[in-house]
Amino acid sequence: MLAMNYRGPLRVRVDHKPMPEIQHPNDAVVRVTRSCICGSDLHLYHGLVPDTRVGMTFGHEFIGVVEEIGSSVEKLKVGDNVLVPFNIACGTCWFCKQGLYGNCHESNPEATAVGGIFGYSHTAGGYDGGQAEYVRVPYADVGPTVIPEGMDPDDAVLLTDVVPTGYQAAEMGGIQEGDTVVVFGAGPVGIMAAKCAWLFGAGRVIVIDHLEYRLEFVRNYAQCEAYNFKSLEDPVLFIKKTTDWMGADVCIDAVGGDAAGNTMQTITGKKLLLQAGAATALHWAINSVKKGGIVSIVGVYGPTDNLVPIGNVVNKGLTIRANQASVKRLLPRMIKHVQEGRLNPKEIVTHRVPLKEIAEAYHIFSSKLDNCIKPILIP
Amino acid sequence: MDTIADHKNIKGWGVDANSQNDPTFPIKERTNEEQKGYNWKRPEQQAVNVEVLHSIERPNMPAVFGTTLPPSGLSGRIRRFAFKYSESSYAHWLPLILADRVNVVEGLIDDLKRGYIPNIFAERGWKAEWKYNRKAFTKKIIIGVAVTLLAVALLNRRRNKSKSAKDLFLKG
Repeated sequence: MLAMNYRGPLRVRVDHKPMPEIQHPNDAVVRVTRSCICGSDLHLYHGLVPDTRVGMTFGHEFIGVVEEIGSSVEKLKVGDNVLVPFNIACGTCWFCKQGLYGNCHESNPEATAVGGIFGYSHTAGGYDGGQAEYVRVPYADVGPTVIPEGMDPDDAVLLTDVVPTGYQAAEMGGIQEGDTVVVFGAGPVGIMAAKCAWLFGAGRVIVIDHLEYRLEFVRNYAQCEAYNFKSLEDPVLFIKKTTDWMGADVCIDAVGGDAAGNTMQTITGKKLLLQAGAATALHWAINSVKKGGIVSIVGVYGPTDNLVPIGNVVNKGLTIRANQASVKRLLPRMIKHVQEGRLNPKEIVTHRVPLKEIAEAYHIFSSKLDNCIKPILIP
Repeated sequence: MDTIADHKNIKGWGVDANSQNDPTFPIKERTNEEQKGYNWKRPEQQAVNVEVLHSIERPNMPAVFGTTLPPSGLSGRIRRFAFKYSESSYAHWLPLILADRVNVVEGLIDDLKRGYIPNIFAERGWKAEWKYNRKAFTKKIIIGVAVTLLAVALLNRRRNKSKSAKDLFLKG
């Protein structure tokens, strides 16, 4: 089968790889019909995540058709059209029982801090991902969900990560009616977080980024204010001024370790790898939020340390909430929002690229060429 | 490990408890079984047929795991060393980053051994750069070529200078 093949930082290609096999009675093999490149795949692509082995197939956002099932699978059958949450979750461990499907304790041998994730390095379990023609899906009775009749496949594939992650970013913000919410990052997750902030009753939503085409998009898509930090000089001061010198009620970091905007963070976090990515967005979020406010983090960082003003977290009495999205927990609500027209995920898709052209797709997305917001790969 | 057998005997234990004041997400389902470790009915164990490194912060293998790319070669040796340390230690993560870089060289060697010469330009997606960012791409190439030519010229000049000095010395 054809599959993406990571060869090192900034180098990927498509190669023939062996077909995935059932390795556990609750496994399924899924023929991929759509997969995405996620902003967090770029952390792997840039070589920022430790234990990313050459030969790995990335891809944790995908949908497809069930081709084969293991002996204990009861809820799926061959031929089912499924969307597969990016978290690999057993559904029975103590963490899954709490709805923390992103923190499953039965899916990742290599690290205890994160559950298994498809195609996200050996630090997330060493599973090949869905940027391929076929993929092995463990715990087939838990994660995969049959795509509702009539749902657009582009909507469905975005329900595997982007939509629930953006939604959970807003949810973790504990947004109360009338709150001012600032979202750092106008990538797909930031766009979705801004859109979802309204669902919780926000009174004002502000997005900060540096790419004009994305700011223009989010302004229209999420009906929010959007500002370019390059023209603001100091985004923290701007947020203070625009909130009567109080700060925002909720700040969301939807960027993670690939942030731009601070030379020192970029050099130490992205060039020298002295910290687990550039924590510029998180730094701004902590400093922009009101005293006693909430910082919600869904941006992805590596497993080592980051330079953030933790003293300000203490002195301002902040609450920090963060996690990988618990996709399975949120899916019923997300499906309803899509079906009832409150969320229109497919509108963020800008590029549909054949799997064979994956190197170009990664380069376009990584370098923000051709006004790219969200690329979808078609095997 | 010494723990108090029945903490409920501690004077004042739980008088200010408020289940609504739980910042974890979502709200914990309290079963009073939380402290008993692996108390859930574990899923069937996947057979371990390849070498899989596991964090020393857990006593066992999870029920399922990925089997792609077992550690091998020099990078594999470095990874095995890294997994002797906990996830809290730099001795775990820094060697893994080193192993990733070593692995890139191993990948190149493997390609060449198979008689495959990797097309680095294609792998870096430069076709897209040429299509969508031609001006900047051309500028980058021109600067790259200019810097290379300048470096070669400087090296040649230095080599010629030292050669002339040597000739002079020998003649003298």
